[in-house]
Amino acid sequence: MSKTCSTSSRSPAKAGVQGGKVRRGRKVALDPRFRGGAWLLAALLLAATGMFSSLSLAQDRLPPAPYAYQQLKDPAQEARAKALMEELRCLVCQGQSIADSDAPLAGDMRHEVRSKIAAGESPGEIKTWLVARYGNWVSYDPPFDAATAFLWLGPLLFLAIGGWLAFGRFRRGASDGEDAA
Amino acid sequence: MIAELGLALLWIAAALACLSLVAGILFLRGGPKDLGALVRPASVAQGVLTAAAFGLLIALFVRSDMSVELVARNSNSLKPMIFKVAGTWGNHEGSMLLWLMILSLSGGLIAIFEKRLREDTLIATLAAQAALSIGFFAFLLFSSNPFKRLPVAPPDGQGLNPLLQDIGLAFHPPTLYVGYVGLSVAFSFAVGALITREIGPAFARAMRPWVLGSWIFLTLGITAGSYWAYYELGWGGWWFWDPVENVSLVPWLAGAALLHSVAVTATRNALRAWTVMLAVIGFSMSMVGTFIVRSGLLTSVHSFAVDPERGTFLLVLMAIYIGGALTLFALRAGAVAEGKKFALLSREGSLVINNLLLTTILALVLLGTLYPIVAEAMGEKISVGPPYYNRVAGPLALILCLVMVAGPLLSWRKDDGKRLWSRLPLAIFAGSAVLFALILFGGKVGILPLLGMTVAGIVAVASLAPLWGRNLRRTPLPTWGMVVAHFGVAVCLAGMGAESAFIKERLVAAAPGDDIRIGDFSVKFVGVKPVAGPNYTAIEGTLVATSSSGTSFTMKPEARTFPGLMGTAPTETNEAALLTRPGGQLYAVLGQPVTGDDGRADRYQIRLWWKPLVWWIWLGGGLIAVGAALSMLGRAQLLAIWRARRARKAEERFAP
Repeated sequence: MSKTCSTSSRSPAKAGVQGGKVRRGRKVALDPRFRGGAWLLAALLLAATGMFSSLSLAQDRLPPAPYAYQQLKDPAQEARAKALMEELRCLVCQGQSIADSDAPLAGDMRHEVRSKIAAGESPGEIKTWLVARYGNWVSYDPPFDAATAFLWLGPLLFLAIGGWLAFGRFRRGASDGEDAA
Repeated sequence: MIAELGLALLWIAAALACLSLVAGILFLRGGPKDLGALVRPASVAQGVLTAAAFGLLIALFVRSDMSVELVARNSNSLKPMIFKVAGTWGNHEGSMLLWLMILSLSGGLIAIFEKRLREDTLIATLAAQAALSIGFFAFLLFSSNPFKRLPVAPPDGQGLNPLLQDIGLAFHPPTLYVGYVGLSVAFSFAVGALITREIGPAFARAMRPWVLGSWIFLTLGITAGSYWAYYELGWGGWWFWDPVENVSLVPWLAGAALLHSVAVTATRNALRAWTVMLAVIGFSMSMVGTFIVRSGLLTSVHSFAVDPERGTFLLVLMAIYIGGALTLFALRAGAVAEGKKFALLSREGSLVINNLLLTTILALVLLGTLYPIVAEAMGEKISVGPPYYNRVAGPLALILCLVMVAGPLLSWRKDDGKRLWSRLPLAIFAGSAVLFALILFGGKVGILPLLGMTVAGIVAVASLAPLWGRNLRRTPLPTWGMVVAHFGVAVCLAGMGAESAFIKERLVAAAPGDDIRIGDFSVKFVGVKPVAGPNYTAIEGTLVATSSSGTSFTMKPEARTFPGLMGTAPTETNEAALLTRPGGQLYAVLGQPVTGDDGRADRYQIRLWWKPLVWWIWLGGGLIAVGAALSMLGRAQLLAIWRARRARKAEERFAP
């Protein structure tokens, strides 16, 4: 559990509840000039007002939700949950999925995902539900839409342009074109 | 006194860089020959002085001189010595001084060792290197002075981020930086050659060992960083497609493309403009990476030394250097004939496809890394992560590996398909064997790991093919290098595929005495006890892992708590315990204490993973580096250079 959750060390409320104990505090996180601060704050507000409100307030006082650090009994269900968790961003961390973060919020989200999978929901449904609440930011697998068209098609474009340029390098036919410019 | 001396040395070194640049420009514009003669010694002196300044900064950290702001903020007198030394570069100013030192030393090394370039090209190269270092001297001296004193020295320092208090810090950043900044040599060579219009096989041969050298360090740095993150971050991930990882991968990809294209230029005098372009791209990508990491533009798991205000300075520097080099390239591109042409089915043809795929992967990694920033500016918040890269870069990388199978078996200029085909049956057999074995016995394996392991099988056999029927003792070193490096790619790929396909995970809340089954192991949780380290306290868990053959191993994962120093908050880290077996690694982490259903509080969260063949990933990375090193030894012709030098010395001695 060495990955940092920046908010837990930034948020005075959380730090207070944790008795000043900071999980994985990091210089970046403590630097007030840190640019991500605004968005971290936004995530906090989201966490405070959103659907995790009860959970995220509770989890600082209570032990982690049961499925945060516990696998589902059914291996097939666990595999589905795991695959989904690896695609979901830990909203208060720095570039980690919820599958490999020790942030309390990540634990809550893991619990949420596992509970829903256990209740029979499909990973697609859970993802749609999370995206509806948090936006595409929560998913590491960006959807294909107007905003991401270039992201998905860009590589093909690069390949096409590069291929077209490279093709000019090849000698065509039998002529041994030395030193063609 | 030490801090002031260090600062003075930096200023003198900066002045020497200015001297090299001015003297170089005047010489190239037809000035007196004496001016040209100044450039070499000035470059060497600049390298030595910057290295001395860096040495003085280390001395300040070793002595825990808290009157220096950098030391007070990042060190503590109680810290073990190794971390005092390594802590020198575990922060913004120190890491930038390390960056600058490598840049200056590279210039010094070119000045001492490079004998194959024409004199004017060499001076232009050194002047370009000096121009690069002037910008970074300005950056360091005006906005990131590492030797700044505090008006009042605190009694002790704030300490180093505990995550960084690991032997990894001693090796990973310096190695990666040597690679990153080593690419500046290729950049300066390209600029120098563009200025004097000397672009051809001689230039490519001179540049090749430097490219190989920095690429070796990049490979080692990335491999070491991957292993460090793997055992330190506590969840067993070895590659996260995180922005900071991506920006280290991008120069590596550029370096890989460059060292293949430079081979074409050196051997066949083809792809000249492209080689020069790649040399410019390589170091440009290093600067982009440094900028992204240093400016805090992207959030990452691995950023430890971030400062947004200085980002602008770096951005301006970057714009000047990249823009300048590209302008020069555009001005001279007409003068650089592309060189000889060749058939698609030839060694050159396969290397062109290699370059096409490598640069496409480079572009898409950069695209994926920067896209969220651009999207955010346009009001869309998106995340680009592993699913994107695996889906887009994965197939391209596999195709690249297949091209790698064919390339070394093709001859230069042109070859025919039948001849190539006749050399492949064994490799295809190996690939099919892996594929069928996986389909029959592997259970449910994802498509990418499945293809990955299949391709690994093909590459493993095919990479050895260039040695078949050869006298192994007479096989030149660069050929050995190629074989070892390509074989390393297969090993690495097999490790990645096996780990993703067959990983086993167990997360449990265990009480002492509980047995946990994972893979072929039965792991007994014996209990926990408190331990004290030099600057932390920890709960140490004892696990006894018994393999199916009955052998027992003791594993001791720790949950450490570092006290807050000088008003900073305390920090907790996890030290995973790793058990390396021939078939893979068992990875154990001790988490938080939990209360069981019965209300007893003696349970602990324990995370266990069995990771099949996972260490092959880093073994493969090591093999790639060894291969490149063999190739460099063969290409650098150090022996020949040394002999030539001795002969010249002898000649001078007898000269009247």
